[in-house]
Amino acid sequence: LSQIHEPIYVMAVDGGHRNSGCDWDGRWNHVRKFLERPGPFTHPDFEPSTESLQFLLETCKILVIGSGGLGCELLKNLALSGFRLIHVVDMDTIDVSNLNRQFLFRPKDVGRPKAEVAADFVNSRIPGCKVVPHFKKIQDFDESFYRQFHIIVCGLDSIIARRWMNGMLISLLSYEDGILDPSSIIPLIDGGTEGFKGNARVILPGMTACIDCTLELYPPQINFPMCTIASMPRLPEHCIEYARILQWPKEKPFGDTSVDGDNPEHIQWMFERAQERASEFNITGVTYRLTQGVVKRIIPAVASTNAVIAAACATEVFKIATSAYIPLNNYLVFNDVDGLYTYTFEAERKENCSACSLVPQDLQFPSSAKLQEVLEYLTENAALQMKSPAITTTLEGKNKTLYLQSVKSIEERTRPNLCKTLKELGLSDGQELAVADVTTPQTVLFKLNFTA
Amino acid sequence: ETMAATRTSKEQKYDRQLRLWGDHGQETLENAHVCLINATATGTEILKNLVLPGIGAFTVVDGHTVTGEDVGNNFFLCNNSIGKNRAQAATELLQELNSDVSGNFVEESPDKLLDNDPEFFHRFSIVIGVHLPESTCLRLGSVLWSASVPFLVCKTYGLIGYMRLVVREHTVIESHPDNALEDLRLDKPFGEFKNHIQSYDLDNMDKKDHSHTPWIIIVAKYLEKWLSEHNGQAPKNYKEKEAFRQFIREGILKNENGVPEDEENFEEAIKNVNTALNPTKIPSTVEDLFNSEQCNNITSQSTAFWVMLRAIKEFVHNEGNGSLPLRGTIPDMIADSQKFVNLQNVYRTKAMQDAKAVLKHVECLLKSVGKVCGKSVSSLNVCSGKNASFLRVVRCRSLAEEYSVDSVNKDEITSCMDSPDSEMVFYLMLRAVDRFFQQHSRYPGIYNYQVEEDISKLKLCVNSLLQEYSLNINIKDDYIHEFCRYGAAEPHTVAAFLGGSAAQEAIKIISHQFVPFSNTFIYNAMSQTSATLNL
Repeated sequence: LSQIHEPIYVMAVDGGHRNSGCDWDGRWNHVRKFLERPGPFTHPDFEPSTESLQFLLETCKILVIGSGGLGCELLKNLALSGFRLIHVVDMDTIDVSNLNRQFLFRPKDVGRPKAEVAADFVNSRIPGCKVVPHFKKIQDFDESFYRQFHIIVCGLDSIIARRWMNGMLISLLSYEDGILDPSSIIPLIDGGTEGFKGNARVILPGMTACIDCTLELYPPQINFPMCTIASMPRLPEHCIEYARILQWPKEKPFGDTSVDGDNPEHIQWMFERAQERASEFNITGVTYRLTQGVVKRIIPAVASTNAVIAAACATEVFKIATSAYIPLNNYLVFNDVDGLYTYTFEAERKENCSACSLVPQDLQFPSSAKLQEVLEYLTENAALQMKSPAITTTLEGKNKTLYLQSVKSIEERTRPNLCKTLKELGLSDGQELAVADVTTPQTVLFKLNFTA
Repeated sequence: ETMAATRTSKEQKYDRQLRLWGDHGQETLENAHVCLINATATGTEILKNLVLPGIGAFTVVDGHTVTGEDVGNNFFLCNNSIGKNRAQAATELLQELNSDVSGNFVEESPDKLLDNDPEFFHRFSIVIGVHLPESTCLRLGSVLWSASVPFLVCKTYGLIGYMRLVVREHTVIESHPDNALEDLRLDKPFGEFKNHIQSYDLDNMDKKDHSHTPWIIIVAKYLEKWLSEHNGQAPKNYKEKEAFRQFIREGILKNENGVPEDEENFEEAIKNVNTALNPTKIPSTVEDLFNSEQCNNITSQSTAFWVMLRAIKEFVHNEGNGSLPLRGTIPDMIADSQKFVNLQNVYRTKAMQDAKAVLKHVECLLKSVGKVCGKSVSSLNVCSGKNASFLRVVRCRSLAEEYSVDSVNKDEITSCMDSPDSEMVFYLMLRAVDRFFQQHSRYPGIYNYQVEEDISKLKLCVNSLLQEYSLNINIKDDYIHEFCRYGAAEPHTVAAFLGGSAAQEAIKIISHQFVPFSNTFIYNAMSQTSATLNL
């Protein structure tokens, strides 16, 4: 770890503006004590200096992903720790249900882009701070955008987005003769919350456990079996899913529109249908709140948990940017349902991680296996959890798409391949398959290993 | 149930938190009045996390004027408020967060208020004291202890966060445990359940019914058979449970070739044997409550919690035959709708009956002390077995007891200090730093030139503290140096961590839902570790 901190100062990155003279006496006293004084517990590389503060104020560039519950807290925390060159990316607009915790937004802001409102608020409350908003998806940017940052901190609500970000930073790594160039590492601080639980982790891509190394920590979302929903409901949730999955497409109550969880009329319709179904089966418990919760897959949220996790993340950003202390190594878990509980441990790298290990992934199947089985493996395997993988390979020197779901015409054309065996498709033992998926910006390489 | 059109804007705004503490929990917040003493970064961060979820009102008490340093780490102070009173400045920006909340301020130090009007503090649901000097803290603690007002002491000192909860007796009806065991009573089946399973004849059902019989019924039926063949002895050890599982497995239907069919409900039964055979018993936490003085001595002053607890105890010794009122819920399981709903109703009906019986005991108890059943206890919901297993009482002793030489918790301190990485050392350093402030009217290491020379002075404070309490432990010089280095700095990220932690504990106190910590919490931002100590 100690080897990579010095290069942060010499990365080829644009510096910021000079201090615009908006500081007042004592403004940074709380921060200075950690930058200008030696101490017994500092990082071995730490050297007290008045220049560290200038680095934070004028040069250090931080990217915050997400401007919601965690993002708002992160922006405040970073700004009040001396960071001024901050970019924030968020593709969402403000909803009234955000207001109980996303404190940079007010009722009048509902409907506006989160990133823009957040940046405006912080810039006006914290003189000198220059938060640059991006009302975009993370996938709208390429490596040239991400490369400019010293540290990236995520406050996302989606595992897919996390994995994509993880993959992007891994793709920025450069190796010379198999040795990782430390100056190509951009530390990733990742925070997540759910109700009264949360976690914060420090990822040094290529060096420490990445998101995919510990994918099993995020078990896949459980969906109710179709036969339960269709013919054997027992819970109010089953009745709600019946309305959403079966009745809505059939009855098209609002024309050809798909379900919009944010439209109260849509929820009301499903609520009423669910109530009817529930009374048919003598099931109680269907409420409007439950209906909305199931349809939108709502995760309960409060200000306090987001405050705690974002604080822990921002502390780590500060440590890494200044070498003030040894950073978290590397995973913190928090839960305040019963008292306050924290647990800190070192998540280990996975030797054959599909995202950060350099080796192609092993795919073991008999040659008589159908392509469908490979597809199911890619989506259901706990370590891979792909969403809609597109499989391509090279046959007779030409690139061939074996199956791709996201483009309708190609899906129709390649669908028959699913029923063909690997042998019938012309694949041989040791064949490399390239798999693309929303969970990663780069394709993942797999190597076919025919079993007996 | 409210329709979309009439859902209030508050219901929409608070939707995500209503799913955690419900409308009734929200109501307690909206009726609460919180007092914050000292609008430092820690203080305003705590209050922010209370204003956002919609507490009824807050009052900031602070006699300080805003300095440039204050504005530097505090989101709720602006540089144009430098020189103004800090209570007022912070209240404006905190109030702006949520128009549902009513914000007030008092431009006075807590010491002054304690001199002139200590009863000022009696009106609050909870008092949160931030960065209080030791003498003020103890004075205020004494007033609040006598008035039974919960007191939460918080401090951010360098990279260390500290919280101390002071409350005589805090009762929790809804603790919402994370992983509670189900209350199925398979070892003590109640009459209606036994009747219900009579209607099932597993050996003579068609395949569809057989495959869609709830696993609870399967385990119950096979248990009946087992008991009759084993002298009424249920499977106890691993070997017997394995045999029982195999017994159930043999009940899986076979096709004409003798190959077992795919019966997921039977697989569920087999998987659940282990927990299903857990003996039904009253948790020790509840037994302890049954044995407490407040439970056994119900007076007209007894709170609803104790009346209800006593009523549950009476139930246990009468209608309950040694068991708590039935919880009444069952987990989802493979089954057809009718079988599941019918089984669920058997549990629900019994739970309702038990709740009615508990309510009768409540009415009896209240009558015996000359009271009538009020709103807070008359809800069957409160009396039901839903929460009986999870009732909790938290008691945090007074600061006077913590600080007194006669009652200091030496054992806790010395046993923690046996572990090299214990956070206890930070508690001791915070106490030492408080002594330093008492002696020198300032904290160590405020200015750079003071850091070195204050180390020996702080060390004297450490030693006098250890001596006074006869603590035969050693505190490494590194910690003394580090605490001088901190110079009483309050870095925003550490204040924010404490802000979230403390606010949620305050919400627990106000709502009586979820279990608060007891009684001291230390957060170490250097290592991102924490500990809860009992001092």
